[in-house]
Amino acid sequence: MSTAQLRGSGGFVALLVAGLAGLVLVVALAVSLGELRVPLGTVALSVGNHLGLSSAQISRIQDSVVWDLRLSRALVAAMCGAGLAICGAILQSLLRNTLAEPYVLGVSAGASTGAVSVIILGIGAGAVSLSAGAFLGALAAFGFVALLSNGGRGGADRTILAGVAAAQLFNALTAYIVTTAGNAQQARDVMFWLLGSFGGVRWPEFQLLAGVMVVGLAVCIWHARALDAFTFGDDAAASMGIAVGRVRIVLFATTALVTATIVSMVGSIGFVGLVVPHAVRFLIGPGHLRLLPACAVIGAIFMVLADIVSRSLIAQQTLPIGIVTALVGVPCFSLILYRARRPE
Amino acid sequence: MSIRAENLIWRVGRKTILDDVSLAVEPGSVLGLLGPNGSGKSSLLRLLAGLRRPHAGRVTLDGTDIARIRRRDLARRVALVHQHAATELNVTVEEVVTLGRTPHRAPLAGWTAADAAAVETALAQVGMSGFRRQGWQSLSGGERQRVQIARALAQEPRELFLDEPTNHLDIQHQLELLRLISRLRLTSIVALHDLNHAAMFCDRLVVLDQGRIISHGTPDEVLTPDLLRDVFKVDCHFHRDDEGRRHILFR
Repeated sequence: MSTAQLRGSGGFVALLVAGLAGLVLVVALAVSLGELRVPLGTVALSVGNHLGLSSAQISRIQDSVVWDLRLSRALVAAMCGAGLAICGAILQSLLRNTLAEPYVLGVSAGASTGAVSVIILGIGAGAVSLSAGAFLGALAAFGFVALLSNGGRGGADRTILAGVAAAQLFNALTAYIVTTAGNAQQARDVMFWLLGSFGGVRWPEFQLLAGVMVVGLAVCIWHARALDAFTFGDDAAASMGIAVGRVRIVLFATTALVTATIVSMVGSIGFVGLVVPHAVRFLIGPGHLRLLPACAVIGAIFMVLADIVSRSLIAQQTLPIGIVTALVGVPCFSLILYRARRPE
Repeated sequence: MSIRAENLIWRVGRKTILDDVSLAVEPGSVLGLLGPNGSGKSSLLRLLAGLRRPHAGRVTLDGTDIARIRRRDLARRVALVHQHAATELNVTVEEVVTLGRTPHRAPLAGWTAADAAAVETALAQVGMSGFRRQGWQSLSGGERQRVQIARALAQEPRELFLDEPTNHLDIQHQLELLRLISRLRLTSIVALHDLNHAAMFCDRLVVLDQGRIISHGTPDEVLTPDLLRDVFKVDCHFHRDDEGRRHILFR
């Protein structure tokens, strides 16, 4: 297999360094490109000014576009990509299912129910924002799954089935609310929200997400070696000293929290959490202490690129990001699947 | 006395899988666990390894109830090799054996010389040192079984439990593996199907049927035509070879 050379620790460090450099580059591009082009030099100066590293003269408009609009958006996109990829990797390992992704615990369906409750039913009477409603819905769905699967103790299959049941239930509730109470415009709004959008995210969203991500990432890295022990299933992990029940519930709750935060902010962006972990595993192998940081970097790059494409593919219009991640992701994934085929 | 089971009862739903099972193993000896399919051998090994809590009774390790020993501390003492180890991941042999070091490593601790030595020794003991870079998916059933045993040995246990370890192995590897187990001088409990192998390699035997211990003792005491007819529903006679060893011949 051609993957062997990247499996050494040298390969991992090289990938991580190249990835971080690539991330800085795509974020810079994301800030530079758009209706109003800002040269990369100006981007650097504007960021320098705000960080107190430089004091260059830049036009107010350019500065505002760079700092107030595009940088926060690009950084949120990067963190969403990182978060979804890590959550996907963890759930694939914990549930021992290659099709697991961040929404497998019903979080996205719950978020959509919460969102339509706010948009269409007006629950909360303006005091509850769309994001807060979505977040509460996501947690309600996760609670439902945790209850049905007996806190994850019922085994991987039961957890997946509970997630499917929750998704069906909450999607049905969403559809019910949209068809009975919504008008055409509201239905369109909901659909747009569900497909995901980074429009409207600014620094406050960045700060909230950064806080959640730091905690989430720390918990996940701390459990990286325990996740490795799940390679041969729950019983094997337990026989190697892993407190299976505790690790499961901690990681389910952490992934649900990270995913719920992301979904409530930018909608349910598909595909990143499913595909990036597979691609990274193919490159550097299944060890989680390397897999999780690498997933974070690659997921971040992928999402920022997808955001650039979604803004620039059609002039004057931004495509929902979920469409782009799937359109870009499927060909990449097909290539990986094709190359990873095993000789029979 | 190292590991001891006292009056274990284990149920799944309303079905009683293990009914009042007690046993003890001499340190450094090999105990063979015999019984037809569904007699409770795997369940008993799970209880002994602390993976399940018995509904009644207890398992003690040097006199301490294992329910009161931390999972991680227990995993440094006791290792279990499951019957069907399977994964979708493309892990290498070395990565699998490295998993055995899990209970010895703090969550973010580096790789120590002791870890490397344990993995090295374990690979050598099962004769898989030359396979370390090979992927799990490309191994034969027997090779996978040996890698799992190496993984268990990398835990550096004093008690080793194996659930039908000779399944999937050709006769050469079956004998090699059983010789390895008796050579290790660990306190071992091995679930086996082959009665002749049990007689050859185990110091003592326990026979389970429908969750109860039917017979226990040395192989010569336990393996009698009556027991084989009652428990395994086979007729047989015994043949003693030139070196004085007994062989079971089935009719």
